[in-house]
Amino acid sequence: MAHDEISLTLKVWRQKGPNKSGNFETHSVKINTHMSFLEMLDVLNEQLIMQKKEPVAFEHDCREGICGSCSLVINGRPHGPMQGTTTCQLHMRHFQDGETIYIEPYRAKAFPVIKDLVVDRSAFDRIIQSGGYVSVNTGGVPDGNAIAIEMITAKRAFEAATCIGCGACVAACPNASAMLFTSAKVSQLSLLPQGRQEANQRVLNMVTQMDNEGFGLCSNVGACEAECPKGISLDNIAIMNREYIGASFISRRLANK
Amino acid sequence: MKWLVNFLTSSLGRKVIMSLTGLFLCTFLVVHMIGNLKLFADSDGHKFNEYAEFMATNPLIKTVSYGLYFFIILHAVQGLLIYASNRAAVGGGRRYAGKQVAPTEARAAARNMAMLGTLILAFLLLHMWQFWFKAKFGGLAVEGDLFNEVKIAFAEPWVVIVYLLGLVALAMHLLHGFQSAFQTLGLNHPKYTPLIKGLGWAYSILVPLGFATMPIYFYVMAFNG
Repeated sequence: MAHDEISLTLKVWRQKGPNKSGNFETHSVKINTHMSFLEMLDVLNEQLIMQKKEPVAFEHDCREGICGSCSLVINGRPHGPMQGTTTCQLHMRHFQDGETIYIEPYRAKAFPVIKDLVVDRSAFDRIIQSGGYVSVNTGGVPDGNAIAIEMITAKRAFEAATCIGCGACVAACPNASAMLFTSAKVSQLSLLPQGRQEANQRVLNMVTQMDNEGFGLCSNVGACEAECPKGISLDNIAIMNREYIGASFISRRLANK
Repeated sequence: MKWLVNFLTSSLGRKVIMSLTGLFLCTFLVVHMIGNLKLFADSDGHKFNEYAEFMATNPLIKTVSYGLYFFIILHAVQGLLIYASNRAAVGGGRRYAGKQVAPTEARAAARNMAMLGTLILAFLLLHMWQFWFKAKFGGLAVEGDLFNEVKIAFAEPWVVIVYLLGLVALAMHLLHGFQSAFQTLGLNHPKYTPLIKGLGWAYSILVPLGFATMPIYFYVMAFNG
């Protein structure tokens, strides 16, 4: 069906390696509007391979919006123009025939470019490793209802837990701050009784690691919340702020360096 | 005390410093604005000059004023250091070539706090040189008559324009800063946050508006002879 086909001009960021300088490369593609953004890049790469050129490196995995692997800044916005959508779930019907699309990697000092559109997001892994877990002694399986949790609390913790760690918050933040990610990972655990036990140590360690990674400071602009594909709330940042102030001034804990 | 150093040098601690000093400066602004309304108390400025004399000599006020100078400097220096840290975290330069407007692009105040703060600092230096410095170290047109100095200053159109621009920058800085300070302290609650935001709006408009009445009033008075 011809009316489902559009022609696009792509300005794609190409960069051979971490410390190489990069530039925009211009390509034309003809694609079906029912494709996702990543399928459109697949078409581009097939085209490049046929021309015996190097395909564009980009990250992807589940392609159903839950793994957090895809990234990209599309026309200046992480995961593109649609709200609450990851790049893999962004469909080409939202673009116009003849449109020019800028495709760039996330830009942040803590997310260095590895190649083309792929950035190193292992800083997030190290933040999780510093405290984003609950220490559990394995033993008998406890009864499911042994610990009472109010629905409203369970819901808040769940909403924080929907963070897929894609890093769009950092890419959108004018300060490249990782506060929304880190705070979601703090409150998904600290709101619940099982996570409460280690809450002080967790927030001290995770904030320290976040700072060590070289992310910026939070100005409460709210760009992260607006661009987050999972709609993680700024409330989490307030929770982390008061947890951190409490853990610093009231608890007996110190951050592990 | 390593824990305190860790806290104060952490990203969150540095923002807490901004928040607390900012809120302190907010309370100062109210006192300063209400005090200065004495300019309208009588036409010869007797009451205002009396008030200025009291503010300059009262030992308690003097002590608080040293705290005020310290907090202004702390807020400004920390703010500029945070700006530098944030620029470094972004990686410098122009960030994205694509320029579709994001939903938060409209929040110009939030994105330009450092720029607005620098404008306010420049305005503050001018303001202090005009009145505070001259009153303290000499240079007033009539010794001991600050009211007369205000009258002379605001007869100049450029002074009035600079003051009004300074107050617009202040209002924008406060529109974001007031409610942001509470978020930084972790004071966020579905029952109280709407109140804080409403109060922030009212504060950010009423206080600069209160200050703005002064240059406008004296300019109009001078204009009408």
